[in-house]
Amino acid sequence: MKSIIKSFCLIVFTAISMQSNAQKVFATKTGQLFFNASGGIEKIAAVNNQVDSKFGEATGQIIFGVLIKGFKFENQLMEDHFNENYMESSQFPKADFKGYIKNIKDIDFSKDGKYPANFDGTLTIHGVAQKVTTVGQVEVIQGKPIITGEFSVKIKDFGIKGLYIGEKIANEAKIRVNCKYQN
Amino acid sequence: MRIIRYLFIVNFLLLSVWGIGQNIDLFSEQNNDQNPDIITGTFKSTRVVNGQSIENVGAGVLDFRISHRFGALSQGSYNLFGLDQATMRIGLDYGLASRLTVGIGRSTYQKQYDAFLKIKLLQQQDGLKFIPFGISYVASTMYKSLKNAPTTYNPYVSDKFSFAHQLIIASKINDYLSIQFSPTLVHYNLVDSAKIPNDFKSLGISSRIRISKRVNVTSEYFYRIDKLAGYYNPLSLGIDIETGGHVFQLHVSNSTGMTERTFINETSGSWAKGDLCFGFNITRAFTIRKPKELRDVKW
Repeated sequence: MKSIIKSFCLIVFTAISMQSNAQKVFATKTGQLFFNASGGIEKIAAVNNQVDSKFGEATGQIIFGVLIKGFKFENQLMEDHFNENYMESSQFPKADFKGYIKNIKDIDFSKDGKYPANFDGTLTIHGVAQKVTTVGQVEVIQGKPIITGEFSVKIKDFGIKGLYIGEKIANEAKIRVNCKYQN
Repeated sequence: MRIIRYLFIVNFLLLSVWGIGQNIDLFSEQNNDQNPDIITGTFKSTRVVNGQSIENVGAGVLDFRISHRFGALSQGSYNLFGLDQATMRIGLDYGLASRLTVGIGRSTYQKQYDAFLKIKLLQQQDGLKFIPFGISYVASTMYKSLKNAPTTYNPYVSDKFSFAHQLIIASKINDYLSIQFSPTLVHYNLVDSAKIPNDFKSLGISSRIRISKRVNVTSEYFYRIDKLAGYYNPLSLGIDIETGGHVFQLHVSNSTGMTERTFINETSGSWAKGDLCFGFNITRAFTIRKPKELRDVKW
C-alpha cells in the first residue's frame, strides 16, 4: 500500500514540476484595438474592446484576433458603412495577426519593467494578408504583461475600396493595440 | 506490484504529454469560439419610404429627418406635374438605447404632430445563435391640428388623435436582399359616421434590393384589410443612396401623407390614374452622447 501512495505522489510531483517547465501562454479576450483613419475634419475612428490575443513565452509566437463587427464608432451610420461598404464584414468577419516577438528572450517576465519588443508577422484584413513589422512595448507588472504597439497600414493594400478613401478617409489607418494579459 | 507498474506507465504517459505541451504552436491552434453575430443593415434607413423599417437610430444619436413630397404627376403641366405643390414632414429621432428609438415630427399635410416609439424586441442573429428574422414594435400617435369646417359638432381635443401599432418582422436574407412584413393597426378616436369602424388593420410588405454598395432599391406596399371607402392601397418605390454622413431616399408613391394614418388608410392617389408623387427623404445624424466605449479614449 505504501508503495502505491509513493508512486502516486511521484506522478503528481512530476506532473506539477513538468507543468512549470511547459511553455507559459499569456492570454486575453478583452484587449483593446484603436483604429483611426480620419482624413479630414470628420473623425473616422473606432475601438474594439474584445481583442483575443495569446502569446507564448518560450516561442515568442503571438496572435491577435478581432471581429470586425466589434468595432464601435461614435456614429452608428459610420459603423454600418464600415461594415457593409468597406470591410464587408459578412464576407470577412475577422481580422487577425500571426507573428513573433523577435526579442522575446530579452524580456524577463519575472521582473517588473518596460521592455521594447519587435513584432514581425502577417496581418490579415478583408481576406488579404500583408507582412507587418513594428516596434512596441511589453510592460511587466507583477508577472502580468501589457503589450502596447502602434503601426499604420495602407487601406488599399488590403483590397478595401471606397469612394472616400484618400479624402474623408485617410489613405493610411493608424492602429493602436493595448492588451493586458493574464497568465 | 501490478498496480505500481500500471502507475509507472501512467506516469510516463503523463510525462510525454507534458513534453508535447512544452511547445504549443499558437498558429495552428484552432479558435472554435462561436461568437454571436447580430445582423445589421437590414435596411439602410429607419424608414423604408413612408413606413418604419426595422432599423433603429444608434444609441445617443439624433437623426434629423426632412421628408418632402411633391404633388401628383397627374396634375399636368399647369402645376408642372406636381412640382408646384409640396408637403413636408420635419422630424427628430433619437436613440435612447441601441434598441429603443423615440421620435417626434410635424407634417404640413393636415397640420399634424406625431410621436413614436420603436423597440427592437428580437434581433436577427447568426453564429452562436441562429435567429432568421428580427422583430420590432412601433407605437405612434398622431394629432391632426387642421381645423375642420364648422359643423354642429364641436370636436374635443381627443377626437383629433389617432394611434398606430405596428409589428415589424424583417429578415436580411443576404447582403443583396431584405424583406419585411409589418402588420399594422390604426385606431381613429373619431370617425365620420357610426357605420365606419374605429380600427383599421393592414399588412405592409417591404423589400430592399442592393444594386451597388451605395445604392439600394426599395419598395413598400400596404394591403388594407379594413378599408376606408374612396382610398387606395399605398405603393411606393424608392432608391436609397448612401453618401458619407447621410442617406438620401428618392421615391415615387401614390400617397401624400407621411404618418401611418394618412399614408396607409388615407391614400387618395391611384397608380392607375397616374397620381404619382415624387418625393425624397434626407437625414443627417448627430452624435449627442458618445458610446461608453469611446468616452475616455484619447486619439
